[in-house]
Amino acid sequence: MNRIGQLARVGLVAALGFSLAACSGGGSATTDNTGAAGEPVTITYSNFISNGGHEEDLGAIVAAFESENPDIKVEVKTLPYSDYFTALQTDIAGGTTADVFDIEFANYAAYQANGVLAALKGADTSVYQKNLADAYATDGTQYALPSSFSNVVLFYNKTLFDAAGVDYPTADWTWADEQAAAAKLTDAGKGVWGDYQPISYYEYYKVLAQAGGKFLADDGSASAFNTPEGIKAAEWLIEKSGKAMPTAAQGAGTADFDSNLFNDGNLAMWHTGIWMFGSYADASFDWDIAVEPGDVTHASAMFSNAVAVSAGSKNIEAAQKWAAYMSSSAKMVETRLATGWELPPIADETALSAYLTAGKPENRQAVFDSLDAVALAPSIGENQAQIQDIVTEQLTEAAAGRKSVEDALTTAAEKVDALLK
Amino acid sequence: MTTAVVSKSPRKRITSTKVKYALTVLAFLLPSAVPLVCFTFYPMAGALWTSLHKWNLLSDMQWVGLGNYAHLLQDPATLRAFGNTLYYIVGYLPLVYVGGLGLALGLNAAIPLRGFLRGMYFLPVVTSWIVVALVWRWLLNPSVGIVNQVIGLFGLDGPGWWTDPTWAMPSIILASAWKDLGFVMIILLAGLQTIPQELYEAARMDGAGWWSRLRHVTLPMLSPTTFFVVVISLINGFQVFDQVYAMTGGGPAGASSVVVQQVYDLTFRYSQAGMASALSWMLFLVILAVTIVQMIGQRKWVNYA
Repeated sequence: MNRIGQLARVGLVAALGFSLAACSGGGSATTDNTGAAGEPVTITYSNFISNGGHEEDLGAIVAAFESENPDIKVEVKTLPYSDYFTALQTDIAGGTTADVFDIEFANYAAYQANGVLAALKGADTSVYQKNLADAYATDGTQYALPSSFSNVVLFYNKTLFDAAGVDYPTADWTWADEQAAAAKLTDAGKGVWGDYQPISYYEYYKVLAQAGGKFLADDGSASAFNTPEGIKAAEWLIEKSGKAMPTAAQGAGTADFDSNLFNDGNLAMWHTGIWMFGSYADASFDWDIAVEPGDVTHASAMFSNAVAVSAGSKNIEAAQKWAAYMSSSAKMVETRLATGWELPPIADETALSAYLTAGKPENRQAVFDSLDAVALAPSIGENQAQIQDIVTEQLTEAAAGRKSVEDALTTAAEKVDALLK
Repeated sequence: MTTAVVSKSPRKRITSTKVKYALTVLAFLLPSAVPLVCFTFYPMAGALWTSLHKWNLLSDMQWVGLGNYAHLLQDPATLRAFGNTLYYIVGYLPLVYVGGLGLALGLNAAIPLRGFLRGMYFLPVVTSWIVVALVWRWLLNPSVGIVNQVIGLFGLDGPGWWTDPTWAMPSIILASAWKDLGFVMIILLAGLQTIPQELYEAARMDGAGWWSRLRHVTLPMLSPTTFFVVVISLINGFQVFDQVYAMTGGGPAGASSVVVQQVYDLTFRYSQAGMASALSWMLFLVILAVTIVQMIGQRKWVNYA
């Protein structure tokens, strides 16, 4: 080996060493924004709840908070729901978590157990509906504050019902009523569909409860949906596809497909969440909502979101102040009710009464009636994302006719059981 | 490799020249070494370390040794992902090479609008995969897509394309070959232009027809370029992800799930970053092995004369 070659090698190794030092150097840079006395503290708030139409409403709440608390500034980062949790996870792993961030009930337990959430000492939980506040407490300590709740109801296009001469849905409807109406309302030639219900895990555990079945065995150690009730529930979900509802090949299941179909006035009935109210305030057709039809019983899905404070936050006190404001202040309640956003989680029912007359849809009482019989999401532990994917995938296979419902549920049960252990 | 040099006075000048030389080399290497180390070697080492742990991205890592690798080797999903990746490569590579070669030969000839046509074919290469994938999803839409409408004109029923497990991977292959055609064309065009005209003239004099000239002059002379295209396409093929993510997300029912899609799902959907890192390293080792085999194999068919 000649000397020049050797030296070049030394140079190469040194260059690599140099650059290694260069890239690991910046790793622990932190911004200290506690500020000197008199200067405002800046806290960051990362959210998905305002995405898709409520960004300005959130801005109004932030402005009100900042004017009441001149020593605190809130920097908002808004992400779409579909990207939010990926981003949050990356932020947590990278140590760049916002001071305050949105979570939802489904992933609260995982974040709490992994020490991501700061304990909220002295939080006043009496202002919230008790079951909602309790959902975000572990061993008597509050780790997040509920910021909203929502549920799923049956949206229907009155104009299409009138044209077909079908009676409007009522709270007493059963699956059979819905099915009969859907058949009459479907006009494939005109591209008008009678019914739309996503074929997914979230719908499945709910219709399973409507059919009188259970997703999990009582001790939570195994699945319990591969039963006659489970098969009935799965059949109810998939039988619409290709009859009253477009198939996957026709676009069902892709982003915004259902909301566009409804918006175009080509969908008579639609199972979706009350967070969609605002989108159809100016729809060209007349529409309303009803409690979802049941089978042996009624059961509605309920979701809730919460705001949490990062355990690594340098401004826990200011962050908690904002979290409390965002979840319980009068300004928040007023804004949510006035703009058809998801419902505020507060205990004060008289404040909620304004919601009933806040505009379209007329039958807002159905939102509260749905809460009388709630199908809670099964607690399926740390593998929940995988379990959800498996159930959705197997139901989709059955809906496409590539598998029998029995086979699909047997496969799903086997795979889910392996992940519950 | 290190040699301790005991320096005496006559050596001093040499040492200072040596230091100067080393510093010069260093200065030239730094601009490319810094990104290479920061964005390739450092993350790779980090991934190797992560792959030996169970990590949900939320709390501290737990050491599991080679547990992740052992689990992946037994998991049918791993085999399926590698199988689908191989399926993609086997479908994509011949399509894009033959198509690219055809275009290169056509656009190497003196035809009108040659520069414009070359530009048009190159356009998809510089277009974002997300845009291309969305367009292809529409083209291949089973009920309203143009492709099935045209097939329908012949009284046939088009397939379900990306909604059908059997057709999901062919859909991705088709879109990928279309997008990368221009890249392969440009590289092969450059290769074609290095072939001396005298060889063709000599071949003509010997009475070689179009096919013989292609077979016995063009292809052998193009073999270094072909080798480059094959190596690059294989490496990219093993890492196929964007188009899969945007067109099918690995579905339906995992029918088009490739290795990198699996890595993505494990990390960002299932919170198993350790497992995902192990799978990344398995993929790296496979690519390394395939590339080494190619480097050895090229001696038999690549002509550097």
